[in-house]
Amino acid sequence: MSTLGFCDLTISYDGVCAVNGFNDILHSGEWLCLIGPNGAGKSSVLRAAAGLINYSGSVAIDQKEIPATSARWRAQNIAFVPQTPLMPDDMSVVEYVLLGRNPYIKHFASESKHDLEVVEKILHRLDLEQFSNRMVGTLSGGERQRAVIARALAQEAPVLLLDEPTAALDIGHQQQALELVDKLRREQGLTVVSAMHDLTLAGLYADRLVLMHQGSCVASGDAKSVLRSETLAEFYGVSARVHHETDGTVVVIPQRVNSN
Amino acid sequence: MLLAKRATRERAGTRFSVWLLASFALLITAVLVGTMIGPAGPQWWRVPLELLNRLPLVTIDSGVSTDQWNIVWQIRAPRVVLAAIVGAMLSVAGASYQGVFRNPLVDPYLLGVAAGAGLGATLVFTLQRQSTESWLIDPLPLAAFGGALVAVFFTYLIGNAFNKSRSNTTLVLAGVAVTSLATAIQTFILQRNNDVVRQVYSWILGRLSSATWGDVRLILPYVSLSCIVLLMHRRLLDVLRVGDDEAIALGTNIRRVRFVVVLAATLGTAAAVAVSGLIGFVGIIVPHAVRLLAGASYRRVLPLSILLGAAFLVAADIPSRVLADPAETPIGVVTAFFGAPFFLLLLRTRKTQT
Repeated sequence: MSTLGFCDLTISYDGVCAVNGFNDILHSGEWLCLIGPNGAGKSSVLRAAAGLINYSGSVAIDQKEIPATSARWRAQNIAFVPQTPLMPDDMSVVEYVLLGRNPYIKHFASESKHDLEVVEKILHRLDLEQFSNRMVGTLSGGERQRAVIARALAQEAPVLLLDEPTAALDIGHQQQALELVDKLRREQGLTVVSAMHDLTLAGLYADRLVLMHQGSCVASGDAKSVLRSETLAEFYGVSARVHHETDGTVVVIPQRVNSN
Repeated sequence: MLLAKRATRERAGTRFSVWLLASFALLITAVLVGTMIGPAGPQWWRVPLELLNRLPLVTIDSGVSTDQWNIVWQIRAPRVVLAAIVGAMLSVAGASYQGVFRNPLVDPYLLGVAAGAGLGATLVFTLQRQSTESWLIDPLPLAAFGGALVAVFFTYLIGNAFNKSRSNTTLVLAGVAVTSLATAIQTFILQRNNDVVRQVYSWILGRLSSATWGDVRLILPYVSLSCIVLLMHRRLLDVLRVGDDEAIALGTNIRRVRFVVVLAATLGTAAAVAVSGLIGFVGIIVPHAVRLLAGASYRRVLPLSILLGAAFLVAADIPSRVLADPAETPIGVVTAFFGAPFFLLLLRTRKTQT
């Protein structure tokens, strides 16, 4: 289906380098998770792929360079969920999710029956039906996050970019949101790139992790090879134990530095 | 489930059509009352009778003389119609500006329309107004219209030249700068020509008193075009509500949308300002009233703003001719008089956001 390729992606803001030569290639159904301390350049990579910032190097979907495509084409092929989405309080959940159909609606037309049906299905799938006429401002954090993911899914794009999808959620909703994304990529072959801070969850769901530090990729591979206590100490400056469960799960447990 | 949701969508649709009908009824009422009331002319209750009499196939003896009818038709009617057009334009332009700039406190004069028009008008007043009265076309609306467009053009030019990021703050700040510059020039000219201060001042406060059918014909094409273009953007303005980045990620060419909306709103506003002077507050209070009543979706806000804006200005024009009879109270004073308390009310109960 869709291949997302990064080649020597370099991004700088006012001369300050944020991402320095990022390379990767993802195939349909793969989940890549970007990890790394704040300011490592994770969000910049996602924003470049969403066509929101200028960069040098190459980001391409099926060999189509992002800047050469129209905003409409991009939105049909890449759904982007920002870290803190701006959600108008007095928009109903249906109206909000329908925004995801924007790339398919002609400039001055309005939503077709098909658009409504797509949104209907997604709301059902994400268990949001009972909220469909609630105002977005009245939703809880978990419900809001689901509404944002619903909007992204309404784009029916083969590539899904998630910037900190679980940052505002409790442990239950974190699991729920990630399980959902995982299910979708397995069923529909979605290509997923996410930026995450929770290393255990990142290792649990993603096929591959890429550890970024000061704009460069410093480690990449599966959870076992990337999540090592020496690596974490070096790049996060954290003292943490890494525990390997028998089923292959890698658990990162922070330690107290001064344990008296 | 599909049925259930359709039902709720229909319910929302019904509520909107109720609002639409109510606003329309309000507009008709305002127009009727507006043509019935005023100094001179026939007794108020005779006017509707005469209006019916003028319809084909209806004959009613309303007792309105030809002279009285002329007052109603040549003086009051164009004034009422012009108030409706200007009110509709300022309101829908205000709503659209609030949409593209995602700022609830923005009015259609934001990018320099008012100051530019004011400067243009000042220039005409100082260039010996009397001597222009024999001219074929009245230069005042043309100068105001031109001044408004030139000011906004400069705002856009400066805004884009200094705008490295894609934010619209630069554009707003450029508007502030252009407004100050034009106002400064205007003040300088007025300082040197004390004799026209009064005329310029009364123009700035807005005036519908000298409205003619000619004014209506002059601005109707611009205003209609502008309203149609803005209405066509109502769904896209809803997309812009999620912010620039997300709107782009959803496939919107926001630069183009913003440019076209600003252009259309400015053209219409400049035309309205050219014949009516600067009428404040309409562009802010009407869209906000609509949001409070019918919700913040631009699909509802834009059409309702057109109807309610028209009704509001027609209604506001009535006290402006009756309050200080026989003198006129400037309509800008009336709208601001109702606008200021409304703002306080809004601050108290503000639940909406653009």
